[in-house]
Amino acid sequence: MEKKSDSDKIIIHLKNVAKYYHMGDTIVKAVDDVSIDIKKGDFVAVMGPSGSGKSTAMNLIGSLDMPTKGHIFLDNEDISTLDESELAQVRGKHIGFIFQQFNLIPTLTVKENVVLPMTLQGLSEDERSDKADNILHRLDLYERRDHYPNQISGGQQQRVAIARALANDPEVILADEPTGNLDTKTGLKVMDFLTELNKEGRTIVFVTHSPELAKKYAHTVYWLKDGKIEKVTRERNKR
Amino acid sequence: MNYFTLAYRNLKKKGIRSYLTLLGICIGILAVVSLITLGAGLKAAVGSQFGVSSTELITVQAGGNNFGAPGSGAVNPLITKDLDEIKKLGSVKEAVGRNIVAGKIEFNKKVVFGYASNIPDGADRKFVYSQIEAKPVAGRLLKDGDTGKVVLGYNFYVDKVGLEKIVVPGNRVTIQGKDFEVVGILEKQGSFIMDNLVFMNANDMKSLFNYGDTLSLIAVLPADKNNIQKTQTDIENLLRRLRNVKVGSEDFTVSTPQASLAQVNSILNAIQIFVIIIASISILVGAIGIINTMGTSVIERKKEIGIMKAIGAKNNQIFMQFFVESGFLGLIGGGIGAILGTALGYFGVIGINSFVGTDMVPHIDFLLIFFVLLGSFAIGAAAGIFPAMRAAKQHPVEALRG
Repeated sequence: MEKKSDSDKIIIHLKNVAKYYHMGDTIVKAVDDVSIDIKKGDFVAVMGPSGSGKSTAMNLIGSLDMPTKGHIFLDNEDISTLDESELAQVRGKHIGFIFQQFNLIPTLTVKENVVLPMTLQGLSEDERSDKADNILHRLDLYERRDHYPNQISGGQQQRVAIARALANDPEVILADEPTGNLDTKTGLKVMDFLTELNKEGRTIVFVTHSPELAKKYAHTVYWLKDGKIEKVTRERNKR
Repeated sequence: MNYFTLAYRNLKKKGIRSYLTLLGICIGILAVVSLITLGAGLKAAVGSQFGVSSTELITVQAGGNNFGAPGSGAVNPLITKDLDEIKKLGSVKEAVGRNIVAGKIEFNKKVVFGYASNIPDGADRKFVYSQIEAKPVAGRLLKDGDTGKVVLGYNFYVDKVGLEKIVVPGNRVTIQGKDFEVVGILEKQGSFIMDNLVFMNANDMKSLFNYGDTLSLIAVLPADKNNIQKTQTDIENLLRRLRNVKVGSEDFTVSTPQASLAQVNSILNAIQIFVIIIASISILVGAIGIINTMGTSVIERKKEIGIMKAIGAKNNQIFMQFFVESGFLGLIGGGIGAILGTALGYFGVIGINSFVGTDMVPHIDFLLIFFVLLGSFAIGAAAGIFPAMRAAKQHPVEALRG
């Protein structure tokens, strides 16, 4: 096998993937025969109007959902054959999720929310406390570590979500409309931070319905429509 | 942070509704703990009511065994002729007839109802005194020829009968409208019945209550204390003949102290079984309450389950979270029940002591509490198995939608 440079390595590969839902008697093809290659270190936007299947595609990329047809490879491993616990393990170790609704656990403090993914991976108490403190410092949240999510602003909550996504040092960060619930200025800050993470070598995939955001930040943009890929554009100048 | 922290945080957030469902577990555990704490004391207390210190005495009563005054309510009461015939039996060493009658006692402008008992004259008096080990704590005992005089039980001396004033030798009390002089107080017998009795000589008692030649009970001392059974059988045969009744349809009972105690214990056991059944039902209802609460919780926290799965929680980790939380729910219910039950048992013992006059030492059984808490955690956790399984099986994408 030909040895590829690191930046050419495919980290996520969707091969002829389809996801169908039954809605009564009709079958809804949310994603229909889609193939996507995401290179390691890429900054990818999945674009499309609502109902285009971009969220379903995101769930498939993030191994939250299983395809009806086709295969999904993460680091050359076919994850469509894994059972639920193995998938959870894959998500916990390799993928960090950021949601539009922040999705923090309301009963846990900022720091505990960041510690939670490490607890699920069985890290020791000291190790996870130190790591969480480092990440919180980096996101300028250390002072807020003992606050509960409802005691901090939306922008801060999304930064906690980013901190939580970084907890297990994943190669891939998946963000589903990360700026959707934020004002423009706070949203751009979040995108800037994702860019910073991308420069560290992390692969970023984000879903958006804003072409400006996609063009401004992404290197590769997948345009989805009716469950199919309409076009792929590359912003070469950024590489 | 671990499952316990998560459980603790979630329990803190739970509303009063969730805690109301714990009432069942709480009541069940309360019943069990208070019953066990009280149980031993209760047996001791009831046992002590058979104040006759001798374990050899046979008691003969008309009618069935009942908890009123001995012989009260019997259609066909014992009479002095029965006593005379029993005395003639070869297996009987001594026998004495006693009358115990309910009456009205007035003192300090207060009226209470109690029981009066007669003390026979002559040799029988000595026999009765020796059997109850009668000693005066103040004044003296009754003698042959005392008229218009009474000896009172210990509770009159410490103001526990409701007269609101202690009675001392030299005081005068009115019994059934007739004036009596108190000449003595008996030592504490540790029995509710004995310590509340009014003792008077047979002649006074007979004229006051006018019971003719009937007897409340006959106390019999067997000739051979190693063969109480023989004496019992002899008396039974005799009374059957005298009262013209067949085997199996006796209108009298001949009981030994052991037999009576065994009967009381069997009643106490029945009460215990009854309480345990009630407790089991309460705990079952409580467990169903927990299943319901946790089931609601799974629906309410669907989104949280989705988030947990997205950030890498395996199914068994989700299961454990709900399982442990459910266990804690049971533990809280059991804990409250254990505290209340221990308090009830503790103060119950103190209450019995002051009411009945027993000397039981109230104590807190920490081993019992430990196992009860362990048990209630287990019940809660067991009730949480099904909801926890449902939580674990949630599909991540659907759960994330909330």
